[in-house]
Amino acid sequence: MKKFLAFALALALCLTSVAALAEVELTIAHIGPTTGPAALYGLATLHGAEIAVQEINEAGEFNITLVNEDDEHNVEKAVNAYNAALDAGAVAIIGNTTSKPCEAVSALAVEDRVIMITPSASSEAVLENGDDGYKGNVFQVCFTDPNQGLASAEYIVEHKLGEKAFVIYNNADVYSIGIRDTFNAKAAELGLEVVGEEVFNDETTDFTVQVSKAQELGADIVFLPMYYTPASLILQTAAAREYKPVFFGVDGMDGILGIEGFDTSLAEGVMLLTPFVATSEDPAVKSFVEKYEAAYGETPIQFAADAYDGVYALVAAAKEAGITTGMSVEEVCEALIPAMTTITVDGITGSMTWDETGAVTKTPMAAVIENGVYVIDAD
Amino acid sequence: MTKAKRKRLIYNCITFAIVIIAFIVLQSMIENKTITRALKGQLIPICCWIVMAVSLNLVIGISGELSLGHAGFMSVGAFTGAVVSGYLLHGLGVENETLRLVLAIVGGGLIAGLAGVVIGIPVLRLRGDYLAIVTLAFGEIIRNLVNVTYIGVSDGALVFNFLRKNVPENTRMLVDGASGAVKVAKISTFTAGFVLVLITLVVVLNLINSRSGRAIKAIRDNRIAAESMGVPVTKYKMMAFVTAAVLAGMAGALYGLNSSTVVPSQFTFNQSINVLVFVVLGGLGNVLGSVISATLLTVLPEVLRAFADYRMLVYAIVLILVMIFTNNPTIRAFADRIFAPVKRLFTGKKEAEAA
Repeated sequence: MKKFLAFALALALCLTSVAALAEVELTIAHIGPTTGPAALYGLATLHGAEIAVQEINEAGEFNITLVNEDDEHNVEKAVNAYNAALDAGAVAIIGNTTSKPCEAVSALAVEDRVIMITPSASSEAVLENGDDGYKGNVFQVCFTDPNQGLASAEYIVEHKLGEKAFVIYNNADVYSIGIRDTFNAKAAELGLEVVGEEVFNDETTDFTVQVSKAQELGADIVFLPMYYTPASLILQTAAAREYKPVFFGVDGMDGILGIEGFDTSLAEGVMLLTPFVATSEDPAVKSFVEKYEAAYGETPIQFAADAYDGVYALVAAAKEAGITTGMSVEEVCEALIPAMTTITVDGITGSMTWDETGAVTKTPMAAVIENGVYVIDAD
Repeated sequence: MTKAKRKRLIYNCITFAIVIIAFIVLQSMIENKTITRALKGQLIPICCWIVMAVSLNLVIGISGELSLGHAGFMSVGAFTGAVVSGYLLHGLGVENETLRLVLAIVGGGLIAGLAGVVIGIPVLRLRGDYLAIVTLAFGEIIRNLVNVTYIGVSDGALVFNFLRKNVPENTRMLVDGASGAVKVAKISTFTAGFVLVLITLVVVLNLINSRSGRAIKAIRDNRIAAESMGVPVTKYKMMAFVTAAVLAGMAGALYGLNSSTVVPSQFTFNQSINVLVFVVLGGLGNVLGSVISATLLTVLPEVLRAFADYRMLVYAIVLILVMIFTNNPTIRAFADRIFAPVKRLFTGKKEAEAA
């Protein structure tokens, strides 16, 4: 009997180890600000990545260990977090969440040959390698800032949202300036008339001048490449002056419905360019939103969706490249770079492909705010 | 040799010995590849923070003035360093990294020193805590100024403007307003950091122990008495303040050239306070203390990574505990007893010789 038991035990051990062998063991690191001023974004990408990893592990084939390193949205800490992640045995990085830390880390990663998929670091310098072209080992899930300007102009023209555009932007913010520049260039190219523009800065709290100028010029579409806080003030000012053009924002507008004390009825009809809408009827999005709400008790924002798609993109590329357990960081990187440019990922932020520069190609979607929730623009 | 002089010599020797031994150990660890990436990546920042702490100690501990804008000087140094290095590379085609690093550090020190002079001349003539307020403002002004400063290289010439639209099209940007210094060529080395720490120690320790240093300390202890003895107060206060500014600028240049990107928002009031914490924890006027506390407090948050989101809480608790323990008479007496044999090793023997 004892012998039989021992035999059975040995057999069971063999079987489990065979099953384990079939799975590819990967350690990946999420780097983002999970504390500090940008923690809202870092936690969103972390949670999004956690859900993706959980799903992938449940599906078998891959067994992913997710390591989280906090970069506090600080360049020096980001480098420390990156080194700590590699010390912890990570072979690929989902991150960084924010642009400046990502620029610093990716400059190191290109030398160390570490693959990076950033959910939401949108500046162009993330992809550029000093003055010699592109890094090639860094891939973005989100649009770059300039591409948001392009996509916005295209969307407005294509869907005939207006004829006279007016731009209000923050001239102390790289994000805002970058989008405004390409928006204006693309608008000129497509024949959308930009009747005027006004600037503000981080300290501005009164937007009467900007809004009244747009109103005087008779603009029927007002483009707002900015974060949601100033946008909410603009909407209030416009409502007070009974000025009702189409307001069109970009991804920074995501979150406007969550501002405390903001009358969401003012945001009614506001459009924004976003790759992800939590109320979407798409089954993949629905399942993600349900899992996210169950696990973290809040509705996911697009940063979470970007990270979720980033993990899936990484796994898709790993399948394509035939990554196996125990490959070194450099081997994984060299194998995944060509694979990333051949795969197509149907994620919850759209169908995505990547080129050699690491920039993503996906169809921009616009959401419109109706009855206090984002819905996908039907037209 | 008097007793005081000998004590000073021993103190200085210990300070240098610790720094040099640490360098040799770390350098050999790098060569044997036994060092973790996390520690290796922190070596240059540690050197920078040591220089920052020692130089701030010169202002606070030795000359007795409170400066709350030390990160401002670091910022000036960092962006000057990035511009100097970038201009040498893109404007003049200087490929030699060491030369560029040295010139960038010197440049950063000079411009930060100049800023120190501009602030020091009016403020150090006053009595009271004006320096604290003015340096606090200085740090904020520098940050906002860099936010609207555009410097680049266009056709081999340096372009400078406060408006982005006035910068010519084909410019290679070096400092790009709110984006800070972009695409910086990383040229800082640990050896350069070590040399900078040594230079700082030599300068500061010699200054403290010189005739000027005694004058500075006399002003700190009793301004009226010092003045009545004919010590020119403003001159000596300026000497300490500007030296500290130059050193902070040099540290800033080294720090800036260690990363591919430097943002003005890295050098906030919080960062100045951080350096102040190094100084206070290491002991006012204690140079070796500043070196040790800057090192430990830079490494500590990284060691505490295992605590994840709670690490800053743990960090704060550690700070409080260290403060309590280093000031507790019982613990001090206990530490003195432990270190007594070591002390006797130096003093006891020599005392016998002297006798």
